[in-house]
Amino acid sequence: MDAILLQTLNGLDKGSAYALIALGLTLIFGTLGVVNFAHGALFMLGAFCAVTVSKLLTLSFETVDPTRVDFLGNPLKVKTAYVESWFGPEFGGALIDWAVPLSILFAIPVMIGIGYVVERGLIKHFYKRPHADQILVTFGLAIVLQEVVKYFFGANPIPTPAPDAFKGSFDFGALIGMEANAIIYPYWRMVYFFFAAVIIGAVFAFLQFTTFGMVVRAGMADRETVGLLGINIDKKFTIMFGIAAAVAGLAGAMYAPINSPNYHMGMDFLVLSFVVVVVGGMGSLPGAVLAGFMLGILESFASMNAIKSLLPGIDQIIIYVVAIIILLTRPRGLMGRKGVMED
Amino acid sequence: MLGLEKKDVTLLAVVALLAFAAPFILNPFPEGSEMAQFNAGYPDLMQRFVIFGIFAIGYNILFGLTGYLSFGHAAFLGVGSYSAVWMFKLLSMNVIPAIILSIIVAGLFSLVIGFVSLRRSGIYFSILTLAFAQMSFNLAYSVLTPITNGETGLQLTLNDPRILGASTGADGSIPVTSLFGIEMRSTYEMHAGAWLFQFNAGYYVCAIILVAAFYLAMRIFRSPFGLMLRAVKTNQTRLNYTGLNARPYTLAAFVISGMYAGLAGGLMASMDPLAGADRMQWTASGEVVLMTILGGTGTLLGPVLGAGFIKYFENIFSKINDNVLHGWFAALPDGLEDTLVFIVHPFVGKGWNMTLGLMFMAVVIFLPGGLMEGGQRLAKLFRKKDKPSGDDSEHHPKQAPHVAE
Amino acid sequence: MGILEVKGVNKRFGGLQALSNVNLSVQENTVHAIIGPNGAGKSTLLNCLVGKLIPDTGSVMFDGQSVLGRKPHEINQMGISRVFQTPEIFGDLTVLENVLIPCFARRDGAFRLHAFETVSAEKEMMDKAMQMLEDVNMVSKRHMHSASMSRGDKRRLEMAMCLVQEPRLLLLDEPTAGMARADTNNTIDLLKEIKEKRDITMAIIEHDMHVVFSLADRITVLAQGTPLVEDTPENIKGHPKVREAYLGEAA
Repeated sequence: MDAILLQTLNGLDKGSAYALIALGLTLIFGTLGVVNFAHGALFMLGAFCAVTVSKLLTLSFETVDPTRVDFLGNPLKVKTAYVESWFGPEFGGALIDWAVPLSILFAIPVMIGIGYVVERGLIKHFYKRPHADQILVTFGLAIVLQEVVKYFFGANPIPTPAPDAFKGSFDFGALIGMEANAIIYPYWRMVYFFFAAVIIGAVFAFLQFTTFGMVVRAGMADRETVGLLGINIDKKFTIMFGIAAAVAGLAGAMYAPINSPNYHMGMDFLVLSFVVVVVGGMGSLPGAVLAGFMLGILESFASMNAIKSLLPGIDQIIIYVVAIIILLTRPRGLMGRKGVMED
Repeated sequence: MLGLEKKDVTLLAVVALLAFAAPFILNPFPEGSEMAQFNAGYPDLMQRFVIFGIFAIGYNILFGLTGYLSFGHAAFLGVGSYSAVWMFKLLSMNVIPAIILSIIVAGLFSLVIGFVSLRRSGIYFSILTLAFAQMSFNLAYSVLTPITNGETGLQLTLNDPRILGASTGADGSIPVTSLFGIEMRSTYEMHAGAWLFQFNAGYYVCAIILVAAFYLAMRIFRSPFGLMLRAVKTNQTRLNYTGLNARPYTLAAFVISGMYAGLAGGLMASMDPLAGADRMQWTASGEVVLMTILGGTGTLLGPVLGAGFIKYFENIFSKINDNVLHGWFAALPDGLEDTLVFIVHPFVGKGWNMTLGLMFMAVVIFLPGGLMEGGQRLAKLFRKKDKPSGDDSEHHPKQAPHVAE
Repeated sequence: MGILEVKGVNKRFGGLQALSNVNLSVQENTVHAIIGPNGAGKSTLLNCLVGKLIPDTGSVMFDGQSVLGRKPHEINQMGISRVFQTPEIFGDLTVLENVLIPCFARRDGAFRLHAFETVSAEKEMMDKAMQMLEDVNMVSKRHMHSASMSRGDKRRLEMAMCLVQEPRLLLLDEPTAGMARADTNNTIDLLKEIKEKRDITMAIIEHDMHVVFSLADRITVLAQGTPLVEDTPENIKGHPKVREAYLGEAA
């Protein structure tokens, strides 16, 4: 029982990331009809927003402290972050500590901006082109974005820690009345899961309860008709692309403490997120979320030792196997609408 | 001749000539000169041109003719490489059985993957092939380590059985790949004045196979089978209502292109007997797509040109560093020199991938027909200049572009 | 016994009874028109004949064999060809190539790996295709990119692609829909010519009464998924039920 719970929890953080990326992919596919191979790169850019904020906050100047010496006997050089000298060590230190959550504030405008530029500058011209061309051009864009990040940040992963308050783990089992130390779960993963839940909830609420969301949903169902009503659907779709980019970016920014960001993390996540979208059903938002969590948890189960010894390597391929089975038996996915991209 | 029309015979002859004379053609600059860095006539690079050319020719039979965009063909290349290395380990260092095995194994592998993937079309097909390739890549890295040697990659050792050959070479080292005694690495060097030309046995094996592969592709393009594949791309509804079943046609094209990929992988291992999982990564699949569209999807010559173009510039760009750049712009005022170096820097040396990505986008956006179409546009431009009056396009209906030139 | 026998066919889409108890018999070497107001179930019936839809109940026999459960390409191989409302041709290919494909399909069946033959060296197929193009007056356009032709020419090409297979039954789905008057008349002439020159059975779904009355030997009127009446054009013209259900609206 506790093993099942533990694996479920372990799958949550990855599942959250899959769900968030898949949500954005689905929004873009559903509204704009574009298959975006650069969506993983947007996730990666989000993670690097966190890196940037953390680097900016720790920008520091050196002073020589004459009162102390280092182990060679020279006067000690002390690094002081600018924020600490501006706001005092206490508040400044807290700012540095909370760099990752703070980066959300930075990531939202940056990602919406990037989304806007990408849609207006590139994707817009591909609405009427075949899917193959869309795949190819966004694939090229993904390479470029990834290389730009590599150019500025290097090829190595950059550790970006969570705030001290969320470091370490807690005894989840004890919380729900099980024996102590049965289920130890890291704080930040829990935070990530709640964060993802909030974002997903926000997106759904936005689509459900605002006029804008209503138009977008109508557009997803029948693009041409909404266009005929005289609603400037293209502009709405541009904003939608920005939102999808922001969702992917936020997912990436908050993921930074779980996995140190590197320039190719986007590609790794993209392939899996596509699989998630396909399993959930192309064009179905609830499907994307459901499949994201489901596959994340499934992956976590497959990496249990008991299962690995039974089926070696299953943890590496479980998601693909599921996707292949789904595609062949139920091509529209778990929750896809009948007739959407079934062939 | 050879079952080809005159125009095609000429094209084939040109390809053969280019391939066999490559050591001359690609070495136009004298040794030691400033321009020698732009030479490409050394064995290692020429082998890459030809091997990736074969890979792209095969890929084009699938993507160019049927329009099915596969993102998994690197897996077949990888499988081909592994099979060839195993042949070197178990049987002998002769490249022929190794290449044959890589074609067969890649063919079977693509039959299985194609059978499943081709149940769907459009982006579903692309994602399925991508999933399969990524799965193979993951497996090669993990569980299949006994076969693939995981991260290290599969290599030859002195303990390999090699039943029809020797475990160790005459001097006690690992033997080298050969074709009935001709070592693949043996190179004849010809000094002519300031020039140095290198004729490598391995390269010529590859070149002969390239010409054969090109000939085969040409036959397929001109055959009723090729016509059916193009029909699949244009209109599957009409195809069905004409009494044809699209699936066996696409599957055949998929397997043929998979076998081409296996051949390329086998050749790669024959030139340098090691195989690693990184050859199977989906970025590698993306590269062959780029070669094909850059050259010209659905044309015969395009993919070969695309492969050569990309591999050549990869080689050149990777060699350029800041010193080289400063050398180029030395004549300019200092400030301007530094600015230019600063601007160019991200795209050269280790930044080759950036250039590749930009090129990818640029080709899809501006030149969907690739280099072949670019060439045709240029040719048309010049022809118009030659004969400014009497434009007879109005009197003649628009001619369909020939499938392949 | 007709070449095509439809018996007791029903087809339901959710709450809509698209076809109810349809019986139809098409006699060999006749032109049989199926007319009816919008939503009468004409297209559904046609799709049941070519394997795109499977009826819920009933049988569709072609030349004594059932077509139900067979895929479109298998039904085509039985000898049924179809012309679409908007011409379905191989737009990227030339006119000649468009006609060659059905020739090969007839000779080689649904699939053959003829990768080492050369199209231009297939004398017999070439002659057959050229003969067909001559019949429809398109020889001079044989190297044209077929997608760049006028709609009338595309229709002509599509007919050629069907006829070159020498089908025993040719199904036409509103062959003149959306055509200019001149093109419509051309199509009528073409169909008349085909009818005179070849032993062929045709089933036409059509809106345009002018087309129907110029071509048809028999007419079935379909209304709300059921055949209302079947008769010769002369009798149909005067039939009160038909006037009420269909022609009344048109007049």
